[in-house]
Amino acid sequence: MSRNMHADMAAVDGRRRINMDKLMTVICFILLFIIVIIPIFMIIYNAFFFEGKFELDMFVTQLTDSKNLAAMWNTLKIALFATVFGTIMGVFYAWLLGRSDIPCKGLMRALFSIPYMFPPFLGAMAWDLLLNGRSGYLNRFLVSTFGLNGMPFNINSIAGIVFVEVSYYFPFVFMQVVSALERMDPTLEECARIAGAKQSTVIWKITLPLVKPAISAGALLILTTSLAHFGVPSILGYAQGIYTLPTRIYAVIYNSGGSFDGIRQGAALSVMLVVVVAIALVLQKKILSTGNYDIIKGKSMRPTLIKLRAAKYPLLLVAVFTLVLIVVVPLVMIVLISFIKAYGLPLKPGNFTTAQYVKVFKASGTMDSIRNSLFVSITAGVVCMFLGTLVAYVVQKIRPKGKEALEVISVLPYSIPGTVLSIGVILAWSGSLGIKLYNTIWIILVAYMARYLSFSMKTSSAALLQVHSSLEEAARVCGASHTESLSDVTLPLIRPAMVSGFFLIFLPAMREVTTSILLYGPYTRTLGVQIYSLRDAGMIPQAAALATVAIGIIMLLNAIVTQITKDKKGV
Amino acid sequence: MADQIILRNVTKRFTTKTLGDIVAVDNFNLNVREGECFSFLGPSGCGKSTTLRMIAGFEDLTEGEIELCGRLVSSKKKNLYVPPEERGLGMVFQAFAVWPHMNVYENVAFPLRIQKINKTDIDKRVREALKHTSLTGLENVFPGDLSGGQQQRIALARAIVTNPKVMLLDEPLSNLDPKLRETMRFEIKALQRKFNFTIIFVTHDQSEAMAISDRMMVCDMGKIMQIDTPENLYNKPCNRFVHNFLGESTFISVIVKDGKVYAKGDMTQPLDLAIPQDAAQEMVVATRPNEIALTGVSDGGYKTHIEKRIFLTDRTEYLVPVGEQVVKIQTPHRVHFAEGEACCVRFLEPMWYPADDGKADQERARRQLV
Repeated sequence: MSRNMHADMAAVDGRRRINMDKLMTVICFILLFIIVIIPIFMIIYNAFFFEGKFELDMFVTQLTDSKNLAAMWNTLKIALFATVFGTIMGVFYAWLLGRSDIPCKGLMRALFSIPYMFPPFLGAMAWDLLLNGRSGYLNRFLVSTFGLNGMPFNINSIAGIVFVEVSYYFPFVFMQVVSALERMDPTLEECARIAGAKQSTVIWKITLPLVKPAISAGALLILTTSLAHFGVPSILGYAQGIYTLPTRIYAVIYNSGGSFDGIRQGAALSVMLVVVVAIALVLQKKILSTGNYDIIKGKSMRPTLIKLRAAKYPLLLVAVFTLVLIVVVPLVMIVLISFIKAYGLPLKPGNFTTAQYVKVFKASGTMDSIRNSLFVSITAGVVCMFLGTLVAYVVQKIRPKGKEALEVISVLPYSIPGTVLSIGVILAWSGSLGIKLYNTIWIILVAYMARYLSFSMKTSSAALLQVHSSLEEAARVCGASHTESLSDVTLPLIRPAMVSGFFLIFLPAMREVTTSILLYGPYTRTLGVQIYSLRDAGMIPQAAALATVAIGIIMLLNAIVTQITKDKKGV
Repeated sequence: MADQIILRNVTKRFTTKTLGDIVAVDNFNLNVREGECFSFLGPSGCGKSTTLRMIAGFEDLTEGEIELCGRLVSSKKKNLYVPPEERGLGMVFQAFAVWPHMNVYENVAFPLRIQKINKTDIDKRVREALKHTSLTGLENVFPGDLSGGQQQRIALARAIVTNPKVMLLDEPLSNLDPKLRETMRFEIKALQRKFNFTIIFVTHDQSEAMAISDRMMVCDMGKIMQIDTPENLYNKPCNRFVHNFLGESTFISVIVKDGKVYAKGDMTQPLDLAIPQDAAQEMVVATRPNEIALTGVSDGGYKTHIEKRIFLTDRTEYLVPVGEQVVKIQTPHRVHFAEGEACCVRFLEPMWYPADDGKADQERARRQLV
């Protein structure tokens, strides 16, 4: 009897080991089906089917609407400019901080990661306060100081939206490229120097092509994020009637009062956007197709730093100026406004008060919103960190049939606007499939998981691409099982990437507004929603006060976790 | 032959967070002659790679100056530093450093394209270089699809294509398997004969260095120990370290007393050795396992017995106690003793070194940590 049992267990054990790859692949597909495919299917179904019948009229009406076409054109323009400028800026600063001997590197890197923490829609709020075409503080200051006839800047424009988006999205490229540069074999560059190439030639001909996979991964993130972005264009664009597809969708649903017809129109519009994003994805795949190589082998090396010599201090000045512009100015503005007695009053000592903070914390829902955001962000971050790494491992290392589909599916939710994802989640999980999550915190969590999965997947994927398969094979040869080689070799090597994947999710989730603004219920407001509603209701100093608190919380959490993960080493 | 590479008082100091100041290269002076194959040999952390990187121009000097082909390229005194791309060198790296985003042809053509040479000349010279490195036919292949040996050939082709006067080889063979290592060594020598360049060869493998070099520099802990031909280095090592690094060594601690030499631990019978003039009371006698004569008791010498006999393919090894130490002796197979048998040993032309105080080993261990 016991002997039989042992034999059976051995057989099970053996089978499990052999099928480990298959098991992981199946789990990936099932989870992605539930999290991603069902909501997306519900959008498409509701865009084209009405009461069970195929119906194209509504879709065609939406597609030919001139307002919608204008919104589409704006979306494309903004996304394209934001991607181009954001990528250039990200690559430039990654090189400067990763490879040159510019002073204060550690401090600057910490400061350059702040835009991650700083919610873009709060940045838009700050710049609106400063450079609003009618009443911006800085604009009024410039007019009165120099006696100008009109307002010199207007942030409520396409250029203004692009500017704000670039300053918060360039870190996507920056972080990707910095880590790729650090892992690159420095002799690849030295060799080109010996071959007679100048420093500048080496950068163009060797360094940049080698980090191209990292650049294009980051650029894709900017592109898809910008295409789907709601906060900045909604804050800066409404005043001038500038709509992008996401803000247009929100407006359509909002104006219809959340009726089913409005949601259906929104679904139709989002199909348009998904098509645009799909085209962008295909293009990116084409560009990246030659980039399949390991730039590090199974050994570690210390990269040599490039001497900037005479350019050192001018470049430092440029970097500091950039930091002041994108970090310090908006932050200071938000904090100042949070202490002002009433919006529009001059920034003079007599006009400051702490009353706004008292009001905010007395208001119902403020503490709830902080609690809700923490819970949803941490949970989504942890779950996605593991799930994203699992998908990345399956795609990069197991390479099953349909791995391209897996990759596309996991990236898809982030490529569609958060507003649209919300529609899909509402359609899927408010009872039509037998599960009702609407008005609970879980529906926000499900939406976040779908929305942010690609972040951890991409970072883990990039890290796995750097881990040469020989490293895992070496562990297998040393007698480690598949599971052991994963947990003892591959995972420790990509752990820093996983941790940064967590932050890539946790930080934006903390400040999220796009998705949750359609999903929140009476007791499930998130921090972002609370700030957005306060501002929308015209209580701008109160919104600024809560925003200051939100930024404080995010920075504090970030500092704590950085401290915890400081000594961990990896790829 | 003129001196082609000259190092004068070259010093490099690093400051590390954990261990403070480290003198990686301490006052190096050396001349490499035109057409010579010169090796830097030493254990890791000895300063050989740093020296090479200073010659290449990747590291600046802390003190001193470097002259390449009659031209000053680095000088601390004159505040002169020529960047690597203007030094006209060829270089091959340990990890090959072939660019994964370029195919074989593009990799090799890169240095010529930088020089803005016209296309037909580039094509001619690339094909020539590929021919000499047996890569013809692989022009359009990407390095990722090639073996380590082939990748190293690309690196070689890329280095010779500009026809440099000086070739720097940074452990170019250590990532290859032994058989291929030997083949590549011959190929490098053949290329040198054909293109007539000067080689600086960095390695930690003493047999590789001996096989390829005309002269070599042995260094340890940032100091030059000795510069000489492989033969002289092997036969007349200037200190214990060099003796040990260049081949299997036997060191016997001895005590000099009343004009006689005794192995430590046995003051009853002296060793039959001529005492050098400046010998202290405690010394170390160094020899090699095949330079100890093993004879029968009647032939005279230090009387002892065979502790262990090991039969190897090309020789027999005996372990024999001398004083408190056990000495390894290698003989041809025809010299036959049984374990436990009485015998005599004589040391043929040994080297004398001061007794070891163990400080060098401590310092070496400290440096390994850096």
